[in-house]
Amino acid sequence: MYSLAIIAEAVVNGLMTGAAYALVALGLTLVYGVLHIVNFAHGALLTCAMFAVLGMEQLLGIGPYAAILPLALLFYGLGYGLQRFVIGPSSHGEDRNTLLVTLGLSIILENALLAAFRSDTRSLGGEMGFDVVELGPMLLSRPRLVGCAVALLVAALLWLLLARTDTGRAIRAVAKERFGAQLSGIDPRHIFAVTFGIGCACLAVAACLLLPTFYVNPRVGNAFVLVAFTIVVLGGMGSVTGALLGGLIVGVVESLGGLLLGESLGQLGIFLIFILVLLFRPTGLFGARA
Amino acid sequence: MLEIRGLRAGCGGVEVLRGLDMAVSAGEIVAVLGANGVGKTTLNKVLSGVVPVRAGEILFDGQRIDRAAPDAIVAAGLIHVPEGRKIFPNMSVRENLELGSYRRGKPRRARNLERVFATFPRLRERMAQAAGTLSGGEQQMLAIGRGMMAEPRLLILDEPSLGLSPLLVEEMFALIRRLNADGLPILLVEQNVVQSLEVAARAYILENGQFALSGTADAVRDNPELRRAYLGM
Repeated sequence: MYSLAIIAEAVVNGLMTGAAYALVALGLTLVYGVLHIVNFAHGALLTCAMFAVLGMEQLLGIGPYAAILPLALLFYGLGYGLQRFVIGPSSHGEDRNTLLVTLGLSIILENALLAAFRSDTRSLGGEMGFDVVELGPMLLSRPRLVGCAVALLVAALLWLLLARTDTGRAIRAVAKERFGAQLSGIDPRHIFAVTFGIGCACLAVAACLLLPTFYVNPRVGNAFVLVAFTIVVLGGMGSVTGALLGGLIVGVVESLGGLLLGESLGQLGIFLIFILVLLFRPTGLFGARA
Repeated sequence: MLEIRGLRAGCGGVEVLRGLDMAVSAGEIVAVLGANGVGKTTLNKVLSGVVPVRAGEILFDGQRIDRAAPDAIVAAGLIHVPEGRKIFPNMSVRENLELGSYRRGKPRRARNLERVFATFPRLRERMAQAAGTLSGGEQQMLAIGRGMMAEPRLLILDEPSLGLSPLLVEEMFALIRRLNADGLPILLVEQNVVQSLEVAARAYILENGQFALSGTADAVRDNPELRRAYLGM
């Protein structure tokens, strides 16, 4: 059997990976919960964000942590524009149109990246990824520890935004009662775009946190989004708390699965959870009853 | 205050409103009455900018609002409390009220919240409760309270008595009188003819997208046309 220290380390490592997963899932679940669309472009947008982090470092010399704020703002604007001027107007009020538009967007983005950067796998390089912190008997990767802290902070900020600000209240109002919101002077098109922008900003932050320990290629986002879908189903579609806790759970399961079954089978546990949740609790841990 | 000239609107290929002329003056309660499906709710949606105008003009305080967006109309002070309340069921009573001042009346939010709670003590008791768990009457109070938070200069009430018990219907019409007593003009859109004509100064009877009858409430009540227009007899 494994010693307690190794298992503890695996759990903590899992929590740290899970925090990054949670950020990706937060964006996905927020957009689903408010706009009622499954954003198929989420993975491609994450890939774009990861390339942007790479570009900031290599062209401008701005490190991934310093890039968090500018990239989050940039991707907020990008997301706002995408929803306001592309996805929203092309949907004509039909959900299946939105589905196809986001799918088309993902194909365009992925292939644009492929054309520009080829399918090579790149990374930030440098020593950052090997930096470790000693915590009792555990050796923890410093960038992942930072990533975990920032992800929790972003989740807390998002929760505060939704619970305490007028914009957050408007987001929740539009999610459930669009007509009532309009009559209160809320413009749903604006709020939808804000929500989509926040979802993209979450991706930008996630990309900044991932890059020190992860590689990037034009398809890398899809791996994360597949996991993020599992998290969203596990936590409950549209639930912010669910995305956060679901992300952490999935991270730990993956990490423990990797330890016990071998690295290549680590994700087995995630999809086992996915199937079990669908069978026994289809609304997710924190989802509202249909 | 509110003036409508030759208003036409519809949904898809169907013209629902076929040339309406009407007015609401300052401080007045005006009733728009009619059976189900004659276009009352469409009229309200057109006034609040949710359904587009096809022809004609809407003037609010002398300003054209027939091409304005819903949020701009709210900002101008034309507040619509919709049929079926359309409150935010997943949010607390307090949050619902606060969102009433999202676009208008924000600087005086705390004071207006106190006023709404003074008018509806029941809402104060239920302040932290999710709005979706309120009774029908309480939800109607909340919808009106949310409208009051926007400091309306003209209030449109769409079927405020719908689905309420007879006792609550009495209370609702008493409330409408009270709101109007402070000088607030109200456009009351109702199926409840008898009680609406009691509180209103003037009334319009809507039939198949046109006003079949209009005049002072007393004149409309005594007009034999009312029965024919309303009951189709």
